[in-house]
Amino acid sequence: MSTKLTYREAIARATALEMERDPRVFLFGLDVDDHKRIYGSTNGLLERFGPERIFGTPLSEDAMTGLALGAALSGLRPIHVHIRADFLLLGMNQLANLISSARYLSAGQLEVPLVIRAVVGRGWGQSSQHSKSMHSIFAHFPGLKVVMPATPNEAFGLTLAAIRDDNPVVVLEHRWLYDIEGSVEDDGRAIPIGPPTTLRRGTDVTVVATSWMTVEAMRAAEILARRGVEIEVLNAHSVSPFDDEPVLESVSRTGHCIVADNDWLHCGFSAEIAARVMEKCFHELKSPVARIGWEFVPCPTARNLEDRFYHNAETIIRHVETVLGLSHAELDHEEFYSYENRFKGPF
Amino acid sequence: MSQPGELGAATRAYQRLYLVRRCEETIQKHYPEDEMKTPVHLSIGQEAPAVGVCEALAPADRIFGTYRSHALYLARTDDTDGFFGELYGRVTGAARGKAGSMHIAAPQHGLMMTSAVVATTIPLALGAALALERQRSTGRAVTFFGDGATGEGVFWESLNFACLKRLRVVFVCEDNGLAIHSRRESRDGHAGLTRVLEGFDCIVRSSDSTDVIELRDLVAGAIREQDELGKPIFLSLACYRFVEHVGPALDRRFDLGYRSDDEFEAWKLRDPVPTTRARLLGLGVDEDIIGEVERAVDARIAASVARARLAPPPPSSDLYQGVYA
Repeated sequence: MSTKLTYREAIARATALEMERDPRVFLFGLDVDDHKRIYGSTNGLLERFGPERIFGTPLSEDAMTGLALGAALSGLRPIHVHIRADFLLLGMNQLANLISSARYLSAGQLEVPLVIRAVVGRGWGQSSQHSKSMHSIFAHFPGLKVVMPATPNEAFGLTLAAIRDDNPVVVLEHRWLYDIEGSVEDDGRAIPIGPPTTLRRGTDVTVVATSWMTVEAMRAAEILARRGVEIEVLNAHSVSPFDDEPVLESVSRTGHCIVADNDWLHCGFSAEIAARVMEKCFHELKSPVARIGWEFVPCPTARNLEDRFYHNAETIIRHVETVLGLSHAELDHEEFYSYENRFKGPF
Repeated sequence: MSQPGELGAATRAYQRLYLVRRCEETIQKHYPEDEMKTPVHLSIGQEAPAVGVCEALAPADRIFGTYRSHALYLARTDDTDGFFGELYGRVTGAARGKAGSMHIAAPQHGLMMTSAVVATTIPLALGAALALERQRSTGRAVTFFGDGATGEGVFWESLNFACLKRLRVVFVCEDNGLAIHSRRESRDGHAGLTRVLEGFDCIVRSSDSTDVIELRDLVAGAIREQDELGKPIFLSLACYRFVEHVGPALDRRFDLGYRSDDEFEAWKLRDPVPTTRARLLGLGVDEDIIGEVERAVDARIAASVARARLAPPPPSSDLYQGVYA
């Protein structure tokens, strides 16, 4: 069965479903219970489950992350929510030093079923401290899982998967995705954490995208298709564990791989994907793996600088043209996403 | 040691204290052989708070500790095989050799986790207390930390939240006056912890007793009050480390300048082991019974060390076990 939902509705619905099914699940964090409800992603939960299971907290990210761990070790299944991923750095010690290794150092005696949700901001002057994603940083630590749903369907299925997982899972949700509407398979089945999803089939170039860049890749695919160029778009929604098999299979057919990550390139997830492709299907490659990501500067505020900081569908199109040896098409008449024209989907 | 009632309980408290002391003295003896390849933060001299508090706790309680948790582990579990197995890095260890001295724990006994980063297990007690409340358990969440931890933000965040939500948390500050080698005067910008705590809505108890039976009773009283009032407990328990911060040596190098001979000797006169032993005799426990308890502990430690040394290390496939569920 499928329903039309926005990304925010999909998160709220999956959370409600799990909270209904499993009384051990609770959700907390600064302002999860206020009138705005984390962009609507916790809508209806307080009314349905009450303040024992849905509660706001003081600004104490370090202690609240530790609280999540202590609760998880003691038989509950916490979901800790942050309005910006940048604030997670205040809880980073708990994530990197305790949560990631709790199970290992106990030789498997402890289980840490906890979820950390955080929103990645962008645009209108989010600047340097409201725009980071940091998925590669979390994914660097063995013991953590990291996912970044890019569609309403993934928001639903991966939120379910994260809550049901007996490991700590960091879920990074891009602010711009919240308005996207799409068809959601709400039969209660989780999406497996690990393999990327193939969102569009194509024969010419494999584009592996993450988070918001998936939307840009799909836009690039539409524009390129009008010229008869078919790119295959894979959304790498699982940063850790990352099952590279679907990427390798795709690249072995297309011979070209472009990675578009919603992050800086240096030491990032894009480097991991590129390395895996080169290690495992080097001889299938007709061109070197190309990577697209943020410019290596802190995110600036001024609009013209911010526009240069981020890349979009146009950059993807230019890379596709380069690897295929095509001339640059005129793109002035094309409409690209910006926060002035919010994307409603369907995806 | 089959004594009735209070004498039996007091003897048991002393047995745990003696066990902790003798286990750590055994580490001192064998550490130079270089077979225990794990940094040891011994509690020799400052064992009384850990043992005293544990003697007042119940099986349903959840406990969190620091990298200086040998006393906590032994007081809670009485398990010398898992202890020495872990220190020797053997498959028979409490965590099959993964944890070592700094992360030793016993979840099945309610000693959930210990950590080698100061103050970091304090907030875990908040979550455990919430869980116990949700599970309608009579248990409480107990977190041990040193006075150095009160310099960390997460300590204040946790204290604030526990008071705000009236959680059944027991904060245990093992106040040995030192953050490694830094004394309180060089760290605290306030007039003392108990003065600051006056502004927090919690039950506060302070003591510098080295008598584990006295400490046990102090904690038991605070616990009764917690059951009545539903507030966190804060225990500020002064104690003194006879040994160096990390490593097996007695720290009598007064030329290093971080503590004085007078201070050391004053605390040595109140050494927890002879102090509690004297208390036991005063309560009327027979000297022979105490001797029997001590001999049994000594024999058990010797046997556990021998078993640990013969035990195999974890199989190399263990490297990959237990990262994810």
